[in-house]
Amino acid sequence: MDLRIALAGNPNCGKTTLFNELTGSKQHVGNWPGVTVDKKEGTYKKDKDIVILDLPGIYSLSPYSAEEIVARDYIAKERPDALINIVDGTSIERNLYLTLQIMETQVPTVIAINMMDEVEARGDSIDCNKISKMLGVPVVPIVARSGKGIHELMKVAAEVGKKPQKSIMKEIYSSSILDGIEQVKTILDEPQSSDRDWRAIKIVEGDEILLQNLSKDKKEKVDQVISEIEKEIPDVESEIADQRYKYISKIVKAAVKKKHVGHVETKSDKLDKILTNKFLALPLFAVIMYFMFSITFGEKVLFVLPGPGVWLQDLVVNFWEGPLTSFIVNGITSLGASEWAISLVESGILAGLGGVVSFLPQILILFLLMSVLEDSGYMARVAFVMDRIFRKFGLSGRSFIPLLMGFGCSVPAMMATRTLESEKDRRLTLIITPFMSCGAKLPIYLMFAATLFPNSNQTWILFSIYFLGMATAVIVGIILNKTMFKGGESNFIMELPQYRIPTLKSVFIHGWEKVKGFAIKAGTIIFASTVLIWLLSSFSFTLEYLPEEEMNRSIIAQIGKVLQFIFVPLGFGNDWRPVVGTLTGFIAKENIVSTFAVLFNAAEGVADAAMEGAAALPGVADVFTKVSAYSYMAFNLLCMPCFAAVGALRKEMGSLKWTFKAIGIQMAVAYIVAFCINIIGNLLVMIF
Amino acid sequence: MTLQELRPGQEGTVVSIGVRGALKRRIMDMGVTPGTVIKVIKVAPLGDPIEVNIRGYELSLRKDEAAQIEMK
Repeated sequence: MDLRIALAGNPNCGKTTLFNELTGSKQHVGNWPGVTVDKKEGTYKKDKDIVILDLPGIYSLSPYSAEEIVARDYIAKERPDALINIVDGTSIERNLYLTLQIMETQVPTVIAINMMDEVEARGDSIDCNKISKMLGVPVVPIVARSGKGIHELMKVAAEVGKKPQKSIMKEIYSSSILDGIEQVKTILDEPQSSDRDWRAIKIVEGDEILLQNLSKDKKEKVDQVISEIEKEIPDVESEIADQRYKYISKIVKAAVKKKHVGHVETKSDKLDKILTNKFLALPLFAVIMYFMFSITFGEKVLFVLPGPGVWLQDLVVNFWEGPLTSFIVNGITSLGASEWAISLVESGILAGLGGVVSFLPQILILFLLMSVLEDSGYMARVAFVMDRIFRKFGLSGRSFIPLLMGFGCSVPAMMATRTLESEKDRRLTLIITPFMSCGAKLPIYLMFAATLFPNSNQTWILFSIYFLGMATAVIVGIILNKTMFKGGESNFIMELPQYRIPTLKSVFIHGWEKVKGFAIKAGTIIFASTVLIWLLSSFSFTLEYLPEEEMNRSIIAQIGKVLQFIFVPLGFGNDWRPVVGTLTGFIAKENIVSTFAVLFNAAEGVADAAMEGAAALPGVADVFTKVSAYSYMAFNLLCMPCFAAVGALRKEMGSLKWTFKAIGIQMAVAYIVAFCINIIGNLLVMIF
Repeated sequence: MTLQELRPGQEGTVVSIGVRGALKRRIMDMGVTPGTVIKVIKVAPLGDPIEVNIRGYELSLRKDEAAQIEMK
C-alpha cells in the first residue's frame, strides 16, 4: 500500500527544495479545489510506494489565508500517514510555532531541521536530541540544498507512522486553558475522531471556521466554557500564542547554543544595506527590472546583445509558420483536401496552436528570471520598497512586477500574480493588468498614427495612450478597492527572508511547471476561441466557404453589422468594419491591423507596410475621424484582452465567476473611457 | 510608546498588542508576543514600511501596524 507523507513548514524554510530533492522530476502540480494554491505531489525517488505531498508554506494553522486553510484541512482531516515538518534552523523560534500546532493534530510527525550548514557557519549549534526529547518526536538535521541527511529523514518518516503520536499539551498550556480544552472535548463528544484534541484547542482559541461548523446546541455550551475562561484570561487567543512561544523559548534555551547573543549582522544584512538603501534601492530596482524586461521582451539587451526572449520566440514562430505549417498544409493538399479544410488547418488550427506556442519561450524565460528573484529573497524586498506607492490604490508592493510585465505581455504578467499573498491583491491586479498596454497593441496605434495623425507628433500620441492605460489602472484600482473589494484584509506583515543563491534545479523546475501549466490550461481556451473566430470569419450564414477577400459576407461581418449600433456613442459605430476588427483582435490584438488591411482593401504589400506604421490605409480615414480613432484605440486597449490572456486570467482567478466579472469590468471601463474621449474630443474639436 | 516611535537601531520589549482579530493573530503568529525583544533595522526608502529583527529573523510591517504594538 502507498504511504502518504506530507511536507509542511514556513515559507522560505527550504520545503520546495527538499520536495525537489526527494521527488526529482516525478512531480505533478495541480490546484487545490476552489483556490489558486498550488498542490504538488510526487513519488519518492528511492521508493515508488511513497507519495510525497508538498503543502503550501504557512506560519500557523489559523484560518486567515487560503494557504493556511488548505494545509490545516489536509493535515487534520485527511491525515497523512506521516508528516515531515521542515524547520529553518536559522530562525528556529518562529518555525517551531507551527511545529507545536502541527503536533496538536496528532498526525505522526518528524521534524527536519534544515539549513544546518548555515547554522554551523554562524558558529551556532542545535542539539537535535534535546529537541526530540522535549517534543516527543524524532528530529533529523538536514541540508536540503545539498541533499545531506534527506534519505535518513525519509527512513525515520516511513517508521514514525507506526506508533501513535503522544500529546505534549500538558507541558505547554496553563491549567485553566487545559481545563477549557477538556470541557470542549466533552461537549464535542466524539471520542473516536482523531483530530478532536486539535479542534478543541482551536475552538478555545476562538477559531471562526470551526465555531461556525458546530451545531447550535454545542455552540451555546462552548460559548459558555469560553466566557468562563475569559473571566480569568481576557484574551485567550493571544494567551495561547504566548504560552506556545514561552514553551518554544524553553526548548531553544536548552537546545540551541548561539555564538553571539542578540542581533548579529549577517551577509544578508550587509547586502540589504545596498539593495534597500535609501538612495540606491529604487535605481537598483530599476536596473534589475530593465534587465528582466529586455531579456524577456526586448529585441536588444543593453542596445547590442540580442534579446533571448524575442530571439527564441522568432525561432519558434518561424519554424511553426514556416516549415511546419507548409509541411502539414502541403501534406493535406496532396491528399486532396478541399480549400476550406486547408484553411481550417492553416488559419484555424495551426494559427490557434501557434498563438499558444509563440508565448512559450517568453514565459519560460520570464519565469526562470522570476524564480531567481523569488528564491533569492529579492522579491520580498521589492514589495518592501514599493509598498508605500501601491497601498494608495489598495494593492501591495508585490503587484508592481505583474503590472510592469503587462507592458510586455499580459499572459506571463497574469501568471506572475501567483507571488501575491492575498487573494484580494491577486484579483485586483489581474483585473487591471491588461490596462498596461501590451506589445501586441502597439501596431494598432502605429497604424492609426500613420493614417490619421500623419502631421501630429506621433510619439505624443503613443505616449498619451500608454499613459491613459496606466491612469485608468490606477483609477479603476482605487474605485474597485472602495467598492467590490471593500474591507478586504490587507496587511504587510511579511518576513524578509535571508538572501540565498537559488539552486538551478529549483529554478528550472519552477519555470518548466509554469510553461506546462500555461500550455495545457490556457491552451485549450485559446485554441477553441481561435477556431471559433476562424469559423465565423470564413463562412457565410449559408455555410458557404469564403476566401479572405470576401470577409464582408461572413458571419462575423453580419455580427459586426448587428453590433455596430452599440458603438455609435463611442464614435466608431457608423461602420461594421471596426467592430469586426475588435472581434478578431480577441485572437491577438495585432490582428486588428491585418483585419483592417483585408477589410479596407489594402493593396498587396500595404498590409505589411501598415503593420510597420510606414504607409497609410486610405479607406480608414473615410471611416474614422481623429477623435473616433483615438476612442477606438482606447477601447481596444482597455476592453477584454486576447484569448491567450483570458486563458491565463481564468487559470489565475481559479474561478469562472471571477473571470467573467473581470471581463465585465474591463468591457465597461473600455466603453466608459472611449465614450468620454468621444464626447470631450468632439467638444474640443468644436471649440478649436 | 509604540514600535512605530522607535528609530532604526533602537530596541524595545513588547508589552501588548492593541488591535484584535485577524491582524492581531497574524502579528502574534509571526512571533510578536509580550516580552519579546524587537530591534528596528531600517525604514523603507519611501518612509514606510519598516524592517525589524525579532526572534532571529527579519520582519517587515507597516507603520500603522507597528503603532498597534505597545513597547517599553
